Amino acid sequence: MARATPVDDETALIAQLRAGDEAAFEQVVRLYGGRLLAVARRIVGTEEDARDVVQDAFLNAFRSLDRFEGNAKLSTWLHRIAVNAALMRLRTRKRKPEQSIDTFLPGFQEDGHFEERFQSWEEPVDKALERAENRELVRKQIDALPDSYRTVLVLRDIEGLDTEETARMLGLSVNATKIRLHRARQALRTMLAPHFGGARS
Amino acid sequence: MKCRELAEFLFDYVSGDLAVERREHFEFHLTKCGNCHEYLVQYQMTIKAGKIACGELSDELPANIPEDLVKAVLAARKL
Repeated sequence: MARATPVDDETALIAQLRAGDEAAFEQVVRLYGGRLLAVARRIVGTEEDARDVVQDAFLNAFRSLDRFEGNAKLSTWLHRIAVNAALMRLRTRKRKPEQSIDTFLPGFQEDGHFEERFQSWEEPVDKALERAENRELVRKQIDALPDSYRTVLVLRDIEGLDTEETARMLGLSVNATKIRLHRARQALRTMLAPHFGGARS
Repeated sequence: MKCRELAEFLFDYVSGDLAVERREHFEFHLTKCGNCHEYLVQYQMTIKAGKIACGELSDELPANIPEDLVKAVLAARKL
């Protein structure tokens, strides 16, 4: 190849995109597509929808290149667009009525004590998750959370958005976001516990 | 503080947002109540589990976007 586009020079890459350079579009899709696909999968839960989300996200991004600000990182900008596209997909697709999460929340006795006696997990989670089957299991349990709880957990705890940004993207108040995230974490704990050695009392 | 309240304040506690006095009550309860201490540990491990299982270092992350999807995106752009 006579001309290789330097990957680290984002400014040049953006200029090429704005100029409609076909090779630059392809480079961006190849560079960031895998990451966006993973984000989309986490939020929408199915491969087919995730692929549509990635396509929507790139098209939205390419159409709004003039709104990309020079001081932002291209990866961060694309990530936000993909998260938005995924949330949009969730809102528009036909859904079963969402199941209640209440059965996965801890119960309390009248005197305020937990009903359950929590059994220690057999090993620290970073140790347990050195094994691929456990990482897979955690992802399956996250996928099994009802949509509205999974999305808040994925955005805040996994994609690393802050609470305010998560709230804005989900159209919730900050307080509602915190409550929902707390419930999602508690439910996920209940779902993981039998596998990691606790909650058998 | 009862276990029920501890569970309620857990979110703010792990976020570091609990007011000083309440945090002291929270931590005092933890020293007395092994069950709540275990719940706190598992709550924190759950957050960590999600990060590890789905995070940047996860094996699930595809190194590359599937070739047919690259083609589909580039074709759709020209429509």
